[in-house]
Amino acid sequence: MTLTLPKVQTAPALRTREAVIDCDIHNTIPDDKLLHPYLPARWRQHLDSFGIGFYSQGAYYPRQHMNAARTDAWPPGKIPGSDLDFLRAQLLDQWQIDYGLLNPLYLAGEQVIPDYADALATALNEWLIHHWLDPEPRLRACVIVNYEDGESAAAEIERRATDSRFVQVLLPARTREPLGRRKYWKMYEAAERHGLPVGIHFGGAGGWPITGAGWPSFYFEDHCGMPQSIQSQVISLVFEGVFDRFPDLKVVLIEGGFAWLPPLMWRLDRSWRLLRDEVPHLKRAPSEYIRQHFWFTTQPVEEPGTPEHFRQLLDQLNMDDRILFSTDYPHWDFDSPGMAIPGSVPKELRRKIMSENARALYKLE
Amino acid sequence: MSKHIVATVNEIPVGGRKLVEIEGRSIGVFNLGGEFFALKSRCPHQGGPLCEGKVGSLVEADVPGAYTLSRPGEMLRCPWHSWEFDIRTGQSWWHPARMRVAQYPVTVEDGAALESAGWQKGPYVAETFRVEVNQQYLLVEINP
Amino acid sequence: MPTSLIDCDIHNAVPSVQALFPYLPEYWREYISQSAFKGPIDTSYPVGAATSARPDSTLPAGAPAGSDLEVLRVHTLDAWNAEYGLLNCAYALESLHSPYAAATLATAINEWQIEHWLAKEPRLRASLVVPSQYPDLAVKEIDRVGHHSGFVQIFLPVHSLAPYGTRQWFPVYEAAVRHDLVIGLHFGGTPGNPPTASGWPSYYAEEYANQAQLFQSQVMSLIVEGVFEQFPALRVALIESGFTWMPSLMWRLDKEWRGIRREIPWVKRLPSDYIRAHIRMTTQPVDAPSEPDHLLQIIDQLGSDEMLMFSTDYPHLHDDLRQDAFPLNLPEPLRTKVISGNARAFYRWSR
Repeated sequence: MTLTLPKVQTAPALRTREAVIDCDIHNTIPDDKLLHPYLPARWRQHLDSFGIGFYSQGAYYPRQHMNAARTDAWPPGKIPGSDLDFLRAQLLDQWQIDYGLLNPLYLAGEQVIPDYADALATALNEWLIHHWLDPEPRLRACVIVNYEDGESAAAEIERRATDSRFVQVLLPARTREPLGRRKYWKMYEAAERHGLPVGIHFGGAGGWPITGAGWPSFYFEDHCGMPQSIQSQVISLVFEGVFDRFPDLKVVLIEGGFAWLPPLMWRLDRSWRLLRDEVPHLKRAPSEYIRQHFWFTTQPVEEPGTPEHFRQLLDQLNMDDRILFSTDYPHWDFDSPGMAIPGSVPKELRRKIMSENARALYKLE
Repeated sequence: MSKHIVATVNEIPVGGRKLVEIEGRSIGVFNLGGEFFALKSRCPHQGGPLCEGKVGSLVEADVPGAYTLSRPGEMLRCPWHSWEFDIRTGQSWWHPARMRVAQYPVTVEDGAALESAGWQKGPYVAETFRVEVNQQYLLVEINP
Repeated sequence: MPTSLIDCDIHNAVPSVQALFPYLPEYWREYISQSAFKGPIDTSYPVGAATSARPDSTLPAGAPAGSDLEVLRVHTLDAWNAEYGLLNCAYALESLHSPYAAATLATAINEWQIEHWLAKEPRLRASLVVPSQYPDLAVKEIDRVGHHSGFVQIFLPVHSLAPYGTRQWFPVYEAAVRHDLVIGLHFGGTPGNPPTASGWPSYYAEEYANQAQLFQSQVMSLIVEGVFEQFPALRVALIESGFTWMPSLMWRLDKEWRGIRREIPWVKRLPSDYIRAHIRMTTQPVDAPSEPDHLLQIIDQLGSDEMLMFSTDYPHLHDDLRQDAFPLNLPEPLRTKVISGNARAFYRWSR
């Protein structure tokens, strides 16, 4: 007699009809040479010799996963995030995603040679256009800039502002100075003028120890310690008066979770009430600035022990219109569109989180 | 309860695994030193394809820096968030009592027994082969 | 006023470096008199910042707030009818790069605390200070004076050059356990590195606010480096740290550990379990939400009613100095635990 064997299937299909917009995807370059057509000759040689990353920041914490990726996210023979077809199948189609926002983590601003940083930023944006945005209408992207040079960053923003597929400016959480400092203002001015939010994303290396109390030992701390770095940036942006200066500037906090935000708002308000003489340029309480100017992505979503605590968190936060779902594909701490947001979240709020808030912020159809 | 043939015994070498689908469930069948275990390939955390994950030793340390390894090849780590599961029991390492992945009994039966006993076809036609009386087959039992 | 209240954070201030002369070797008396060195000049409490001293704590002739025992006694122990008060002298020893200057001043401060505070006021206990940036010298001082019954804690500024979980600090924890002393991680510290991962903020208000992130990094380090596995008897108090951020940190640490446990396999339990077992936090200043219910939710989210310990944080200024406010307005039995029970158990004080 014969018998039939069942077919292997790699992942269950998502059975949902809800709209999903993914506000944080990390596409990658399969081969640095892809950037050559977009780089001046002077920098092609440098790229071939030294690559894109910086070689001696001291901020190396080996990830637990190769390429920090889900082990099932490797296209055959390629690195995770580098193959558009694979990404379409495993992410966009798998989860029926309406739009995905690309935040490739090539931080031009980490480069210490200023001209190289400028050239890389321009080249990376060209690569995004030709290899990702042109072929896939569901994708949008951030503008990669040399964020450590406000004028250069502003020029690159100008260059991309007319392409409506660039919806955000990418900054990392760890920079050479706190992001509220004046050196970054020209960049904010350009972003504000063109209606582009700035996204402050997990990562970066500004040449400092990755905590305010020195270098920790473990990748655990590099990864789990990012909320502290992001919080410092929030503090800086508020207290430096960036939002008084740029009243239409929007900021998105990406890949830091968000459960720390209510107690941070309480602490900043108290600090301001007591120390406001030092910062007379602030016209309102810090929490008011935060509520007006900030959005944040969900991943890696915190997982309190009880659904009731998650409900309390959302209630304390009271920023229902500012929460943006994200997967962080293809990274290992990927949040599943089907399961990451607790089922106990009311339907109306879930719809906002999963797509409507992003649709409004990034002006998507 | 229904039993499904998923492989011949010699298809899954020691240390190997086979991924199958039975009645809508993705299942991984593992060979630990000649014993067979089947786990649902869906991580209870966020539904990741658990049985595609890397397999390794149990890692412990009594004090900082004192790494000790045991049970080589018996800990399965989810491809996504790396939650660790004991292949033998399906229990998660971080909360064995409460967090676990479904396990299915695996039995070995020979072709002669299958000819007369009850068995069921899988839902998809992907591979067909003859049941031979001198071969041994792995069967996974599920609660439909 | 409750009949039993324990104040876990009072700041006694060194009136001047001359007050330490009786406890300094001759070399230092002469050197301080003739050189530019007059003790630390960096501070986590700049005189011009409103938070550094509440208005009624001002003393005549420019003496630092908190340097007069009589005034301090009236404002704290008597005002709150406290059974015990725990002194934390924040003298910025960590800002001194000379190990010998730091070590000699630490000894002097501890002797000064014994003679001028502990001997004169039986309700007082104190943290002993150490040259924290030199762990070997810190251990020497702990071994020298840690047996004194008035010292119950070792003062470490939360802002350090290296995270407190790293191995260089293990000898300090070994000494702490040996002398049965709590490790007190305290607001502030001026070791020379910036207080954020992105360098120096512009304003003191930012540095003040950023202390919470420093505490978070330190708690993470202590847990992840396995300090509580290496030293199961160790107790750590977070002082003047705020506490409303703790549940969100617990959630993130627990989530992280479920996946990255293999990198740090000596962390055998949920991080939040270690926190509840080994760590306590003082109440002031409270980063309080505007909704009182939210504060109760946060306390509930900690998963333990034993974590909070009442403090005045005298003479630092907060929003709310009212004596009918938090935590006196908490429901029982939480109230009694917070105002005295938890400190009594943690510092092992009898009634």
